Amino acid sequence: MIELKGVHKAFGSKEVLRGVDLVIPKGESMVIIGGSGTGKSVCLKSVLGLVTPDKGEITVEGQDVTRLRQGSRERDAFLARFGMLFQGGALFDSLHVWENVAFRLLRGSLKRPKQEAREIAIEKLRRVGLTPDVADQFPAELSGGMQKRVGLARAIAAEPEIIFFDEPTTGLDPIMSGVINDLIREIVVEMGATAMTITHDMTSVRAIADKVAMLHAGKIRWTGPVAEMDTSGDPYLTQFITGSAEGPIEAVR
Amino acid sequence: MTFLAAIGAFVLGALAAVGRVSIFAFDTVSHLARPPWYPREFGVQILQIGWNSLPVVGLTTIFTGGALALQIYAGGARFSAEAVVPQIVAIGMVRELGPVLVGLMIAARVTSSVAAEIATMKVTEQIDALVTLSTHPMKYLTLPRVLAATVVMPVLVAVGDIIGIMGGFVVGVQRLGFNASTYLTNTIDFLEWIDIVSSLSKGAVFGFIAALMGCYFGMRSERGAAGVGSATKGAVVAASVLILAANFILTEMFFAG
Repeated sequence: MIELKGVHKAFGSKEVLRGVDLVIPKGESMVIIGGSGTGKSVCLKSVLGLVTPDKGEITVEGQDVTRLRQGSRERDAFLARFGMLFQGGALFDSLHVWENVAFRLLRGSLKRPKQEAREIAIEKLRRVGLTPDVADQFPAELSGGMQKRVGLARAIAAEPEIIFFDEPTTGLDPIMSGVINDLIREIVVEMGATAMTITHDMTSVRAIADKVAMLHAGKIRWTGPVAEMDTSGDPYLTQFITGSAEGPIEAVR
Repeated sequence: MTFLAAIGAFVLGALAAVGRVSIFAFDTVSHLARPPWYPREFGVQILQIGWNSLPVVGLTTIFTGGALALQIYAGGARFSAEAVVPQIVAIGMVRELGPVLVGLMIAARVTSSVAAEIATMKVTEQIDALVTLSTHPMKYLTLPRVLAATVVMPVLVAVGDIIGIMGGFVVGVQRLGFNASTYLTNTIDFLEWIDIVSSLSKGAVFGFIAALMGCYFGMRSERGAAGVGSATKGAVVAASVLILAANFILTEMFFAG
């Protein structure tokens, strides 16, 4: 279970998070929606410790993650349970595709023989619909959709308990978006992982989410099961779902 | 008052920058004592920084050595001291021009590429990705680069010194009519150990500065193409200025008093 309590974060004078409270039960898929610049990424990055909150508490299975020192053994053990798919893929362009996927398996506490790591990488690539010949290519040689798949393969390579997806469909055509959404859903279900996704793509939300939370003005505006999203009666959420320019959320930000 | 405030802000900003760079430097060095290490990355950087820099080091120093010989001959002729060409070329290359020129070429070639590479990794979230994959960016990116540059620069400077002297030798023998074996004997007899030790020490320090600045500015890059550009520019400028300043301090330490 991931729990955020009263999380605040400001960059200079800009307050991005103003007291976020959110609970993600184990094994559930939570999707956080909200406009650009509302702090969705900051929210996700603070759980991973890439951003340190100014105030508030973040616990994962009861462990306070904001106090783990970078490079410490506890933090490494904590991160070993995570997989993350970055918005732009964030693949290491100096490494081959398979070395990207097997990154965690080639070094550190989960290190194993090179041949075995490569086999796992190829199996994960196959899981996300890529053929083994992609393994020896460089990320720059792949299309955007293929890079996303490689990023997804890397995120699941070490069998994580918790997977984060940062805008998984941004920059993809609608069909590829659908493919990625289905893959994410399947993988999360078959691995039994806890998932946290941020997106503003409503198709993605409906495909991936068990629960939805809407972030607005630095706070969680609404949270509930995806089935109740359309009948919430919350004017902010309704405006966001329908994509209307009219409503309480100012269109010009 | 605004004028004073501006001076104050500038001084405080400069002191803060010195502090940040110092902390970054200590942090980098401290990872030497704390595993895990990444020997493969270190090896790759030795090749990138050392081996791949050889052509530019050779070209820079051979022309400089040649020009130096011509200048000393022409200048020496004013007081009938043309014969000192081998000695002055040797001392000039080994003590000053070798390390400084190689240092500046490394700042141009290595600092810029390290800064641009790391800044791009920062901007495209690759640094964040490293962290989530339980890999410390300072251990995986910074330490191998800084260590490789520090180790490999004395070798590059030694190569530069030798090629520079050879440049002077070729010009001295072909253009200025020196006897080849006398030229070489004069060069070797004249150089002292302290000249060589100072040259190689300078190399190590300059290498450290060049790679450290590349990493420091890269890691602090702002978002976007403009961020990467300004990180690269800042790194090269800072590395060049710091190399020249360090050269003065090291020369003072080795040869003054």
